[in-house]
Amino acid sequence: MKGAWDEMIGADGRARAHCREYSDWLLAQGMDRLEAKSAEADALFHRFGITFAVYGQAEGTERLIPFDVVPRVLPQEEWLLLEAGLKQRVGALNAFIADVYDAQDILRAGVIPAEQVLCNSQYRPEVQGVAVPQRIYAHIAGVDVIRAADGRFLVLEDNLRVPSGVSYMLENRRMMMRLFPELFVRCQVAPVEHYPEVLLANLCSVAPRGVDHPTVVLMTPGAYNSAYFEHAFLAQQMGIELVEGQDMFVRDDILYMRTTRGPQRVDVIYRRVDDDFLDPLTFRADSTLGCPGLMAAYRAGNVTIANAVGTGIADDKSIYPYVPEMIRFYLGQEPLIDNVPTRVLRRPDDLAYTLAHLEELVVKEVHGAGGYGMLIGPMASKDEIAAFRARIIADPARYIAQPTLALSTCPTLVNAGLAPRHIDLRPFVLSGKDTTIVPGGLTRVALREGSLVVNSSQGGGTKDTWVLEQGAPERLDA
Amino acid sequence: MLSRTADHLYWLARYLERAETVARMLEAEQQLAMLPRPAESAERSRRATLMALGAHEFYDTRAPGATGDVLDFLAFDREYPDSIVSCISRARENARAVRGSIASEVWETINATWLEMRTFERRKGAERSRNLFEFVRQRSHMIRGVHVVAMLRDEAYHFLRIGSFLERADGTLRLLDARSSSTAADQGAIDPHEWTVLLRTLSAFEAYRKLFRGAVTPQRVAEMFILRPDVPRSLRRCMVEVRDNLHAVVSSTSAETERRAGALQAALEFGRAEELLPPLLPAYLTDKIEQLTLIGDGIARDFLVSEAVA
Repeated sequence: MKGAWDEMIGADGRARAHCREYSDWLLAQGMDRLEAKSAEADALFHRFGITFAVYGQAEGTERLIPFDVVPRVLPQEEWLLLEAGLKQRVGALNAFIADVYDAQDILRAGVIPAEQVLCNSQYRPEVQGVAVPQRIYAHIAGVDVIRAADGRFLVLEDNLRVPSGVSYMLENRRMMMRLFPELFVRCQVAPVEHYPEVLLANLCSVAPRGVDHPTVVLMTPGAYNSAYFEHAFLAQQMGIELVEGQDMFVRDDILYMRTTRGPQRVDVIYRRVDDDFLDPLTFRADSTLGCPGLMAAYRAGNVTIANAVGTGIADDKSIYPYVPEMIRFYLGQEPLIDNVPTRVLRRPDDLAYTLAHLEELVVKEVHGAGGYGMLIGPMASKDEIAAFRARIIADPARYIAQPTLALSTCPTLVNAGLAPRHIDLRPFVLSGKDTTIVPGGLTRVALREGSLVVNSSQGGGTKDTWVLEQGAPERLDA
Repeated sequence: MLSRTADHLYWLARYLERAETVARMLEAEQQLAMLPRPAESAERSRRATLMALGAHEFYDTRAPGATGDVLDFLAFDREYPDSIVSCISRARENARAVRGSIASEVWETINATWLEMRTFERRKGAERSRNLFEFVRQRSHMIRGVHVVAMLRDEAYHFLRIGSFLERADGTLRLLDARSSSTAADQGAIDPHEWTVLLRTLSAFEAYRKLFRGAVTPQRVAEMFILRPDVPRSLRRCMVEVRDNLHAVVSSTSAETERRAGALQAALEFGRAEELLPPLLPAYLTDKIEQLTLIGDGIARDFLVSEAVA
């Protein structure tokens, strides 16, 4: 797309100041060396088993999420801005969720229409009035940030339920250090490897009151889940048990896991299972992934669930447009990072505008995820637009519309050599007693030329994300 | 440790060991095929291998009568759950389910082995199993080596060891069973070459030479693999290991299983070589295989299958 901001190359065609060190190195590499390194990375990812199974295909078809050997580099001052903006945003989101399940001040103040919250399928009446430690609901948030053509960061989406991808942030770094050790001597890249340690401390900080040495477990749907590698990886790195629903039981509102030495009490669950499947007695009765009675133990305050039940109310696309208002309402501050301008099609004027400009806009289903249920006007055919128009008119409240943003690009190794590809960034914000963000995050890249869809389910890849510890070194020739 | 985790570790170890046993058995079969002997005796020997592994019924549904492709079947048939390729896949599935509980290097070695099995599978004809048995044996050594040096001596380690030694004991008995029933069927005409081949495929020929003078006899081979405490694959040696590791994980419910393991070990310690004379050997082996099965069931009951509400 024309006019996109490139992360590495400035408008003058030269490397941006903070990237010069890296860019000089990159230009000195032969294509064959980069390609050989890229092939080596693939072989290693296969050997480490950093793969996911593809459903409905013969045994042995496990896929890799493509990894690109060219990193995305952020200067320290930009990271500091992002860090402050993300902490502010996630702080407001947690305050919002706590308010929704408690006094509902924001609804009474009329900042957000009450029916949009209370009639939302993501609102969980089951946890209304249930107190949680530190009033934190979204302990782990993955916030998708993009950079617009003018170089500004914008938040595209908040992921507050079971955000994934952090293992790729860690493994991509490990791979880069293995492939290009010399680079890390030249460039001062902030480390990320302490993430699991920070995560564990964060989970311990939200244990039920009175528990000094909490037993923390990671709950997975099982080895056939596409994110299973990440679950096993994080549990191992934190040194905690990786449990499935069947490994636990509840007696007298206390949660236990079954061990070789008998039952052991569990205090904090880092769950990677959706709300719907947590407890068949409360949510979907046909769930075999959950643990019967878990919600009773939760309501009794005997176990902390992270992320808490009901966080979906804050990352729903129909609530997203109100996040800047939340920041003003709860924190009395102006947002440091803006939303992407969004039209809410339940409003007649937004609907009329959208229907008149479908060729330019991106239209999203409010409950869709993973890049599905979405129209990208400039890329769509006339027929696709007509079909989508009919769906919008049938139920406008199900959609929001945004301008088609030229996501920033970053040089990426493709068949034809190095070429710009669109990227986004998902930093992981940890909230507990403190709020912490490990510098960086997961950079996703749309590998197809011109594509704006970075989701791995739609052909997206990943890159290592570098936050430089200091500004670019002063150079005489600059 | 979670009961489910212990279960996966135990089976992970058993399947790896089983893959190695099958590879050793097939290696013996491959060597025997090169000896000058009548077609019927080769046929009998392959049939005995199938019987010893308990694979004959499944095999007969595949290729009734002839046993010409037993090697390919036991190495590569994905539908037969105890073929080498199936054992490695099952070991890898179990490892994947507990990759957080085993050292990463252990997981990577198992995963790499699983990936490389596919290059064997893609080959055609006789090329398929060339070097396969050696490959499986070496990978097995490597995985063992990695977990011995990289893993904490905690419950995870002990459950792996229990699985390995129980399965190895079982495998040793089945290897002896295959040879003794095949030679018994040859109307007592004992072919010393068969037993030499067995020694070689169990990596024990040199040890035999150190322990015994003179010809290789079935009785001495049996004595070596059943009663001697210093032979690494012997039943007695394996039971010492099973007991030690079992002792390290005892729970309030495991007394009966410990007693059984102890009783078997005592019987071996005070056993006599006369019990192993060729006419007595097949029944002796069957009895010991049954005892191992009971111990295995006990371990599953005491540690691995979790009670609904404890």
